[in-house]
Amino acid sequence: MNTVIDAHNISKTFNPETIPIYAVRDVHLHLERGEFTALVGPSGSGKTTLLNLLGGLDKPDKGNILINGVDITSLRPNALIDFRLKNIGFVFQSFNLIPVFTARENVELIMQLQHRSKSEIDERVKILFQEIGLEEKMNTRPAQLSGGQQQRVAVARALASKPQFILADEPTANLDSKSAIKLLDIMAKLNKEENITFIFSTHDPRVIERARRVITLVDGQVHSDTRAIDTSGEHFIPIDKE
Amino acid sequence: MWLLKLAWKNMWRNRNRTAITITAVFFSVILSVLTNSLQEGVFDNLIKNVVSFYSGYIQVHKSGYWDEQILENTFENLPELQEQVIQIDNVEAVTPRFESFALASSDTLTKGCMVVGILPEKEDAITQLKNKVAEGNYLKDGDEGIMLGEGLAHRLKLQLNDSIVLIGQGYHGAMAVGKYPITGILRFGQPEMNNQSLYMTLSNAQVLFSAENRLTSYVIGLENTNELDQTAVNIRTSLGDTYETMTWEEMMPEVVQHIRTDKGSMVIIQLVLYMLIAFGIFGTLLMMMVERKYEMGMLIAIGMKKFKLMQVMMLESLFTVLSGCLLGILVSIPIVVYLYRNPIRFKGQLAEVYEEFGFEAIFPTSTNPEIFLNQGVLVLILGLVLSLYPLVKIAKINPVTAMKK
Ligand SMILES: Nc1ncnc2c1ncn2[C@@H]1O[C@H](COP(=O)(O)OP(=O)(O)O)[C@@H](O)[C@H]1O
Ligand SMILES: [Mg+2]
Repeated sequence: MNTVIDAHNISKTFNPETIPIYAVRDVHLHLERGEFTALVGPSGSGKTTLLNLLGGLDKPDKGNILINGVDITSLRPNALIDFRLKNIGFVFQSFNLIPVFTARENVELIMQLQHRSKSEIDERVKILFQEIGLEEKMNTRPAQLSGGQQQRVAVARALASKPQFILADEPTANLDSKSAIKLLDIMAKLNKEENITFIFSTHDPRVIERARRVITLVDGQVHSDTRAIDTSGEHFIPIDKE
Repeated sequence: MWLLKLAWKNMWRNRNRTAITITAVFFSVILSVLTNSLQEGVFDNLIKNVVSFYSGYIQVHKSGYWDEQILENTFENLPELQEQVIQIDNVEAVTPRFESFALASSDTLTKGCMVVGILPEKEDAITQLKNKVAEGNYLKDGDEGIMLGEGLAHRLKLQLNDSIVLIGQGYHGAMAVGKYPITGILRFGQPEMNNQSLYMTLSNAQVLFSAENRLTSYVIGLENTNELDQTAVNIRTSLGDTYETMTWEEMMPEVVQHIRTDKGSMVIIQLVLYMLIAFGIFGTLLMMMVERKYEMGMLIAIGMKKFKLMQVMMLESLFTVLSGCLLGILVSIPIVVYLYRNPIRFKGQLAEVYEEFGFEAIFPTSTNPEIFLNQGVLVLILGLVLSLYPLVKIAKINPVTAMKK
């Protein structure tokens, strides 16, 4: 196994001058390739803030974050955007897709940003849509897709760039439970069969159930970090803090 | 390529807004082309009227003639001198004139008049004098008769075929007296011309005023009237100090002043027009940025460089503004051409002023292609400058805040 994310002692405080909100406090996090991790915790516990920090969308006030050995906290803005393009796949809660592009074009976009060849793009798009089970919807615009289908396309897009890991902030929050489970099944399958690393935040117990590792945040701090002992994912054992 | 595709598809995502922008640009181009074309057309027409009316575009006199119009300030009509002028670039035609004041009498009445000696055909080529003939015939070389303004004839109670007596002072103080049959009556719109002018052949005039082979002026017609000043300079250099070369602008500064004042007020109207266009376009840009903030944040988050996003926006603006411009130009061409063929006729006080000067009371348009190009490009630039606003906004986007609901 090799390390994908290595976060040391990171903190993020909002409004430090007025009424400080300690959104993330002294978090240590170590993620290995192939992990399937849920970030849980009550609303306001800092899940989004932590994911933004890990995804290089925001900078911590303290600590550093190594992605595949690169300290992203020291990258300049443009280099950081480029780093995200090449190393991190994003799935947001909703509105992931460009409405004027078809599902296929949305997935292609990220590869075009990476200057992939047309033949490579065509080939990969086909595989990706097979994996998310939406081959017949490739040429459909987002508005014609259900919420669950849109999120699956977003996963395909995140995957298209061949990232180090995929980061998803409450990807199922706007989905009915059937669609949520379907999305999670696809993610779990990708994780299992292709060793794709996922970290996603959620408070849906049925989503948590499918995670292989669960990190619980309370008030911006890691409260517990447990890993499933068997493949059914029903029993978790605590992981020692570093 | 996909940048183009994204820009193109973005352009159609909010059809109403794009339609509003294109329409705004479209009407701006039409309006500014029309105002400009009308302005140019009216002034071209005015100049053409004024110039063809009498003065020609350029005149050559003996030095000092314009300030003191006496026969001592005439010059000798040398064939080589005329040849020298006609050789100069852009000079299309030259006609000699002899002009002097005289008293015109019928049996009972006497009025002052301006006697103009001309070469009939050459004069007509430059000032279209033939068009002014109301009765009788236009002069021919060797004719003994004269043509006079309708007003002058009326004041002297004279008609076609009557005789007229002219008395004046000739060259070097000689007496000038002559009796001529009236073979033509001219109708000028401008009262001064109508009431005072009298035309005869150049040789008759020179005989009358005892000024054999002398001239007051060469009247010059041009091939390209846009090169007025340069041509005047060339003539001036070629002829030297003995002669004065004057453009119609120098001979009639009041007309130039009138045009300048009018152009000034046109500039203000156009500025207001451009401001309205600018606000229209800016409004749609503001709306668009609010609408797309989340999406732009998302694109930056997943790894699209801001510069790429700016390119997309710029292309999108270019498509929109350019289509408005092209449509505007396309539609304005037939309108301008129609108004050129069927000029707007106006009535009222302004029309009276125009007619007094012998001009038709019309607002023709100018079909100069430069107008379409200039106005199209101006609106295009205006649109593109305004679309720098989204670029500035993009430069400031922070994906985390942009994606916050
Ligand atoms: N941009 C911000 N400015 C100020 N406070 C913020 C900002 N973003 C998040 N917070 C605060 O930080 C805390 C953690 O928020 P967040 O990370 O969104 O939690 P979660 O995703 O677990 O609901 C909350 O108290 C929230 O109000
Ligand atoms: Mg959140």
